[in-house]
Amino acid sequence: MLNLEDAVIRNGVFTVTADFAIDSGAKIAVIGPSGAGKTTLIEAIAGFRPLERGRILWDGRDITQDAPGARPVAMLFQDGNLFPHLTVAQNAGLGLRPDLRLTSKQKARVRAALARVGLQGLEERKPGALSGGQQSRAALARVMLQDRPLLLLDEPFAALGPALKAEMLDLVAALVQETGATLMMISHDPDDARRIADLAILVAEGVAHPPQPTVDLLDNPPPTLRAYLGAG
Amino acid sequence: MADRAQPVSGAPGIGAALCVATLILGALAAVIWRAEPGSGLDPSDWQALRFTLIQAALSAGLSVALAVPVARALARRRFVGRGALITLLGAPFILPVIVAVLGLLAVFGRAGWVSQALGALGLEPLRIYGLHGVVLAHVFFNLPLATRLILQGWQEIPGERFRLAAQLGAGPGAIWRLLERPMLARTAPGALAVVFAICLTSFAVALTLGGGPRATTVELAIYQAFRFDFDLGRAALLSGIQIVLTALAAGLALRAAPGSGFGAGLDRSVQRWDANTPALRLLDGAAITVAALFLLLPLAAIAMAGLPGLTELPASVFHAARTSVLIALLSTGVLLLLAVPMAASIAMARRAAWIEIAGLLGLAVSPLVIGTGLFIVIYPLADPRALALPVTALVNAVMALPFALRILVPRARAVIGDFGRLGLGLNMGGGPFLRLVLLPRMRAQIGFTAGLAAALSMGDLGVIALFADQDMATLPLQIYRLMGAYRMEAAAGAALLLLGLSMLAFWIFDRGGRWHAEP
Repeated sequence: MLNLEDAVIRNGVFTVTADFAIDSGAKIAVIGPSGAGKTTLIEAIAGFRPLERGRILWDGRDITQDAPGARPVAMLFQDGNLFPHLTVAQNAGLGLRPDLRLTSKQKARVRAALARVGLQGLEERKPGALSGGQQSRAALARVMLQDRPLLLLDEPFAALGPALKAEMLDLVAALVQETGATLMMISHDPDDARRIADLAILVAEGVAHPPQPTVDLLDNPPPTLRAYLGAG
Repeated sequence: MADRAQPVSGAPGIGAALCVATLILGALAAVIWRAEPGSGLDPSDWQALRFTLIQAALSAGLSVALAVPVARALARRRFVGRGALITLLGAPFILPVIVAVLGLLAVFGRAGWVSQALGALGLEPLRIYGLHGVVLAHVFFNLPLATRLILQGWQEIPGERFRLAAQLGAGPGAIWRLLERPMLARTAPGALAVVFAICLTSFAVALTLGGGPRATTVELAIYQAFRFDFDLGRAALLSGIQIVLTALAAGLALRAAPGSGFGAGLDRSVQRWDANTPALRLLDGAAITVAALFLLLPLAAIAMAGLPGLTELPASVFHAARTSVLIALLSTGVLLLLAVPMAASIAMARRAAWIEIAGLLGLAVSPLVIGTGLFIVIYPLADPRALALPVTALVNAVMALPFALRILVPRARAVIGDFGRLGLGLNMGGGPFLRLVLLPRMRAQIGFTAGLAAALSMGDLGVIALFADQDMATLPLQIYRLMGAYRMEAAAGAALLLLGLSMLAFWIFDRGGRWHAEP
């Protein structure tokens, strides 16, 4: 269970306030107009942005002051999710041991994870020698190995084509289904939100609203969201 | 606090900056403490001060004035070998001064090529020693630098402006007034200040081509007070003058500096629609040809004069070469141990200004001033001559530090900006992030820095002249001694060896850094 208690996050001139709880295992889309603070919210949960006020709790434990790597969080950014000078296997292996001193057992787990995302045979490639979709798969393999209970996605598949993006989201949905992880994903595309997220958080006008069923939110959008969706 | 989380620790860089600041400020303090005002400056000191300022002003003025037509020609012409020529313009930075001096002597000296040609016409040979020799050598070193700085200004004029000017039917004159003159008004003062600052602290050129009461720089006067009179108080007093001079000039140069001159992208030439008249083509062609000859002829002369001597080099030369290689490796190692952590700290910290200032301190002091200060500190404790090697390596490293940081900091910023969050998110910790991400991704820049440092140290003729006794020499110092003994053939051979070693050191490190490096 993730709790944000009276949290205020500052990003330059604007702030985002959040006060809600998310049940473990939920799949949540974060939607809202551009520049409203979706990324700011996610970054605060991941620990890249300090809270001005309030607390963040995971299963009752206060993680507000924890360093990003010490939180129960795995995160995929918009870009830069792989180190270009390391091989696919090394990149994935970082999820197990950040210093890459892997035992042979751990190496076997890395191979298994890469096979699970469909990258068997490409372990020794560098990310530059992979397609965009394959790079996303490699990053997802690492997330699997990190095995954190909370997965945050800041539109890591935005640069992919529609079909490939849908494929990646299905893979994400399958992975969190297997591990029981909680998923929070920023989305610009209502269809993506409908596709895998049963709940949605609306971030608009400086407030991150509590989660509500995605279908309700998208079928009866409040004015700010309606203007953004352009759904007349 | 989460907002201060950093992928690697800033502490080693802060420690390195403290070491550098302590070393430089300590040496300065020693100089000031030891300086004996006595009866103030005597006439020869005033003469040295005046000569220093005059030669630096002349060198800066000539370098920049000549650089303008060369830079303009390079900016608006495309020709085969343009990229190679621009690369060559960067070469004097790592060219040992003593090698260039020997090359200039072979071309412009009393028995040089130009004098021989003049003799064939029944004219007097050139006289290179004195003010004009010093200025000639400084222009040789700084014309390329000034050209690169000004060329950068030209390249920074957006191509669209030239397109617009062409659309409006502006000819070369109008373009000069509209685009080029305003750009020069911005870049030329910076280039002047940089060259002036460099020439103020010039030692090896003044040592070899100057000298005598009428052509002594302050830097050379420090050396003479030291070597000939062993008058530490006077050397310290002169150092005090030099500190004021360099600090003022460095401040001026930093304020007006247009950029590093290492800038990438200089091999791009802007599409131009003006300046296609035959006369202007001829003018640009002449500017490029003369500049290229001025740079290449002395190097060719060294190669030709040195080759015969290469087979009969005295053993002392090889001994000195071994010393030089040792110092260069030591100095490169020290530099990297200082510069890489400092670059990481500067790249991460929000209030890193003082670390950057510590890194720039090397620009504000001359090698002989630090040398004098260190001598004063060491003298009561140990025999400074026994420490000549480590001291020379250390001073060389500190002198190369400002350049190293200019190369390393932008890359460190980029790597930490691109991957710092990912490293933090993966909980990599400082050690693994350094080993797996920061160092591998900075490898090309570290190699380039190491190459520059090794070549600079290999060719340096400065502090070693203060500290070395008769039994010890680096290769540049040994060449100077051979010149002093009029063994010009051996000196030329040794110079060719030094040139080869410097270039080889640069090439190995630079190449090693880029070998299989990811972009």
